[in-house]
Amino acid sequence: MAFNLDSKIPSGPLETKWKDYKDHMKRVNPANKRKFTVIVVGTGLAGGSAAATLAELGYNVLSFCIQDSPRRAHSIAAQGGINAAKNYPNDGDSVYNLFYDTIKGGDYRAREANVYRLAEVSNNIIDQMVAQGVPFAREYGGYLDNRSFGGAQVSRTFYARGQTGQQLLLGAYSGMMKMVAKGKIKQFNRREMMDLVVVNGKARGIIVRNLITGELERYAADAVLLCTGGYGNVFYLSTNAQVSNGSAAWRCHKRGAGFANPCYTQIHPTCIPVHGDYQSKLTLMSESLRNDGRVWVPKKENETRKPSDIPDEDRDYYLERVYPSFGNLAPRDVSSRQAKFRCDEGKGVGSTKRAVYLDFRDAIKRDGKSTIEGKYGNLFEMYERITADDPYTTPMMIYPAVHYTMGGLWVDYNLQSTIPGLHVLGEANFSDHGANRLGASALMQGLADGYFVIPATLSHYLASTPLEKVTIEDNAFKDAEQAVMLQTSKILGIKGQKTVSDIHKELGHVMWEKVGMSRNEAGLKEAINEIRKIREEFWHNVNVPGDTGNFNLELHKATRVADYLELGELMALDALERQESCGGHFREEYQTPDNEAKRDDENFTHAAVWEYTGQNSSPIRHKEELVFENVQLATRSYK
Amino acid sequence: MASTENMALNLKIWRQKNCSSEGKLVDYRVENVSPEQSFLEMIDVLNEQLVRKGEDPIAFDHDCREGICGMCSMVIDGKAHGGFKNTTTCQVHMRLYKDGDTIVIEPFRASAFPVIKDLTVDRTSIDKVMAAGGYVSANTGNAPDGNAIPIPKPVADEAMDAAACIGCGACVASCPNGSGMLFMSAKISQLALLPQGKPEAPRRALNMVYTHDSLGFGNCSTHGECEATCPKGISIEHISRTNREYVKAAFTYHEKKNAGGAS
Repeated sequence: MAFNLDSKIPSGPLETKWKDYKDHMKRVNPANKRKFTVIVVGTGLAGGSAAATLAELGYNVLSFCIQDSPRRAHSIAAQGGINAAKNYPNDGDSVYNLFYDTIKGGDYRAREANVYRLAEVSNNIIDQMVAQGVPFAREYGGYLDNRSFGGAQVSRTFYARGQTGQQLLLGAYSGMMKMVAKGKIKQFNRREMMDLVVVNGKARGIIVRNLITGELERYAADAVLLCTGGYGNVFYLSTNAQVSNGSAAWRCHKRGAGFANPCYTQIHPTCIPVHGDYQSKLTLMSESLRNDGRVWVPKKENETRKPSDIPDEDRDYYLERVYPSFGNLAPRDVSSRQAKFRCDEGKGVGSTKRAVYLDFRDAIKRDGKSTIEGKYGNLFEMYERITADDPYTTPMMIYPAVHYTMGGLWVDYNLQSTIPGLHVLGEANFSDHGANRLGASALMQGLADGYFVIPATLSHYLASTPLEKVTIEDNAFKDAEQAVMLQTSKILGIKGQKTVSDIHKELGHVMWEKVGMSRNEAGLKEAINEIRKIREEFWHNVNVPGDTGNFNLELHKATRVADYLELGELMALDALERQESCGGHFREEYQTPDNEAKRDDENFTHAAVWEYTGQNSSPIRHKEELVFENVQLATRSYK
Repeated sequence: MASTENMALNLKIWRQKNCSSEGKLVDYRVENVSPEQSFLEMIDVLNEQLVRKGEDPIAFDHDCREGICGMCSMVIDGKAHGGFKNTTTCQVHMRLYKDGDTIVIEPFRASAFPVIKDLTVDRTSIDKVMAAGGYVSANTGNAPDGNAIPIPKPVADEAMDAAACIGCGACVASCPNGSGMLFMSAKISQLALLPQGKPEAPRRALNMVYTHDSLGFGNCSTHGECEATCPKGISIEHISRTNREYVKAAFTYHEKKNAGGAS
């Protein structure tokens, strides 16, 4: 199968592409919208906002979520904020600036036109969310407050205490509930997408597992929107929620959707360090803390003094030292690597020596405890609850952890994958963040895709595509369901010695050590072999008790891990093939003398798009060349 | 009382196959529990042991494991989320217990939350209450500039206090009447405070209260257990505001039939 990787970027100047697109797109008449049914999988910021908006427009929406309510999607855990180019603080911000920072932040590995559109609609998102009753932080005058995030030299981040994601998600959820009440959204909870159904080359439905009854269910529609988030849980330990998984995207990949840049993983610099092998997740401490917290390690190796007893001259405020102009607000990939370097040098702190300090002593001295409490109170509380340390009196200890995946299903300007009718929104797609996502940009992208992009591009698709009538009795549905059933009974029949978690932990260990913060050729090759062995073991030695007929949590975990064992290999392969360093992808062979990522623009200014070719054959690597017409490719410097 | 040494614990956990079968408390013993472990990680370890023996692991709801998604539930030693101040079950750490403790773990119990299996309950009634009016009818594309209507900081802050509700249902599980007034009032109050929510405030209060009552949630008798249990510290002042909104609406709000306009 030849991949069509036409990005469908509209012609014309960057500033008017999106406007021109909307001026000339095909439309579905308001009275005809009710004749179309759209499946939306996932109810995070992307899925929730898309479902609500499409239903408002008149489409019939079938919405699916894996949790017990759409309000639980993992977008809810985003803490710090959402970017927009409002320029309310009068610091010279603009749509162009937000676009430029995002392109540069992504290390010049994202598409210009998509990122410009993102920056353009960012302001509408804030307006929309305020209109829906999201209680953003405000100044005494009643106007919206802003703060700074990494990789920017302006304050453009809107926030609602340390729980911005929660407030935005509940805003999108409330919009959904309004349309559920009107009968335009049919909501299906506790359903997990098991496969995509493709009829005559177009995405026309899905197979889901009802997680309570164990039964498989079929749903047909005119288009499918995949809004299922990222695949960070490949690493076993990440900041993701427990049921966040990559299976829906992976199953679509196996049905023909190109998977782009799977190796681009974001390792977030400020998380609570790992403390035991029973640990189930890592908790993020918001990047916003770096507005006031200073990151440091002791200058001496194996320092034994308490942090408060270490005077300034014995402290290395390494981010401020290495990146004087961005300081503690250097972007995530850069900050994470620096933390790793310091710990590799033996300067790490805490019992495992894999941690650095994030210190609020100076901020508390400068602004007073109550100001700091007002800004970060809930985060400090969260930290203390987990570690039993009080960050008002002793510095936090933090270490990088897997947080976000920039890679994902390839989409064109319309957010359509290589399978017509399958549109991919939010973290699940690959489009806007290049090789590194800036803080407070994930919320922006999820909502931009759902509120403003897909309503236009989906209309264009539905109005310009002949759609035959399909029903869930068609063979494509039966076959897809049959394949899921076969896999399920195979897993249940193994009854081996290891639990699903045992195997997932083994995979996670390989991924973290060899496909994590820094990678090299030998390690990646080893990783591929090791992942294959673990996969082999899974299929011969996993133990999943019970049957399909009830709420079988081990079976649910097992099908996800089966997919991670394939996706993990592709991530390693992609990292091996990308012989350069860029953003979150750091290949040790390709670095500058001062340990910064060294891109190879001549050979790698492209998105790598992988085509699945079957269980026993190698995937094919295609390229979408990235064309920069407005931005000069430069070495990314935060010094 | 904080433990620093690993401990052994006796657990009494509610096991129930499905909503139509009878359940009972079953004894389990877990050894070598680290004080650094979270409560749910302690149950993960127990579940791993059960799976190794080929037994059915304990079904419990959980997801973000950082106290924000509202998915985790459980009544621990008679209290929803364990009764620790401003804490969800997933944020409870084992250092709060000591060696030899017996811990009783049950599902949230309320007529509006039927048990699905073991510690998992069905909370879709929360969504139904929200669908009855927990929103501002501002379709995408209608919005004026975010700064067009200044909102005094104290008002925005109070709205945010209410909006912090995670919809876990602990208020319902802890209420002797099984009332959902606290979570419902958090939304009514948030939107009644903000100028954007005001146009629909009376309609919202009437519809949400009606739906709440018809779903099997009990009435509020100002017992106050909900506020004490709420992992987000939502104040029962919001229930007072809801009552005011409701009474005001009941006397003054009329919708003309066939008036046209809204759809």
